[in-house]
Amino acid sequence: MKTAVIVFPGSNCDRDLAVALEAVTGKAPAMVWHGESQLPDGLGLIALPGGFSYGDYLRCGAIAARSPIVRAVVEAAERGTPVFGVCNGFQVLTETGLLPGALMRNEALDFVCRDVALTVENAQSAFTSRYEAGETIRIPVAHHDGNYNADSETLDRLEGEGRVAFRYAETVNGSARNIAGVLNAAGNVLGMMPHPERRIEAAHGGDDGRRLFEGLLETVGA
Amino acid sequence: MKVRVVVTLKPGVLDPQGKAVHKALGGLGFAGVEDVRTGKLVELDVADDTSDTAIDEMCRRLLANTVIENYRVERL
Repeated sequence: MKTAVIVFPGSNCDRDLAVALEAVTGKAPAMVWHGESQLPDGLGLIALPGGFSYGDYLRCGAIAARSPIVRAVVEAAERGTPVFGVCNGFQVLTETGLLPGALMRNEALDFVCRDVALTVENAQSAFTSRYEAGETIRIPVAHHDGNYNADSETLDRLEGEGRVAFRYAETVNGSARNIAGVLNAAGNVLGMMPHPERRIEAAHGGDDGRRLFEGLLETVGA
Repeated sequence: MKVRVVVTLKPGVLDPQGKAVHKALGGLGFAGVEDVRTGKLVELDVADDTSDTAIDEMCRRLLANTVIENYRVERL
């Protein structure tokens, strides 16, 4: 599977994602700079990394969402290419409108940086097929603005359509209904605040994150 | 021409920063502050013939996130 990691000024988890993708797919991803306007052909996954793109100016992810390469990412997503946004990448995806809702300052105003327990809510998506529905996994978070917010109608729709992929199993940041990760309607776009790429081998303290990339590889094909 | 765009959180959207400021005002002894909501002010210097529609589009497409924020435009 050919993959790409988008790199913005201020991204700081791009290398973590690249290491995880190479470990799982056996191929180093293309690292694509934000100023590019075209993506490599034949991608099985486009990943948007964590960090502080453009210094979080205006709103987290707001400027990145309007960068030339993200226009190409949106077009690819609309054609069905899997797109995965972690942390700041999730914020970027909500700012593009590919995912509903918005990520706001954590309810307690603190930067949360620790392992958290997540419940897998949907184990049938391209990203989550290697998990069991209802399973509890541990994945690290590191964010200041992860407080997921959407109107209740949108939240009901997300829940009704099985688009809540992961939920926090503990209090983390004040997210509506403890939502940690959401899918788009077609199921090919996932955004989540926790960092599965930081939990892919025993040396990380566990490999609960690895199965996300393995599941995707299995779905998309080598 | 100067244009001022005031971006505020929609009513009902939790504003943790406003809450923190509210608490701090109380700590300073200011009584009678019922609530505090924070927002953003963006000043634009635009060509005199810039249309309302263009400014509105700037707000909708970038300056405000209409999922959680409202905006108000003031021409100065």
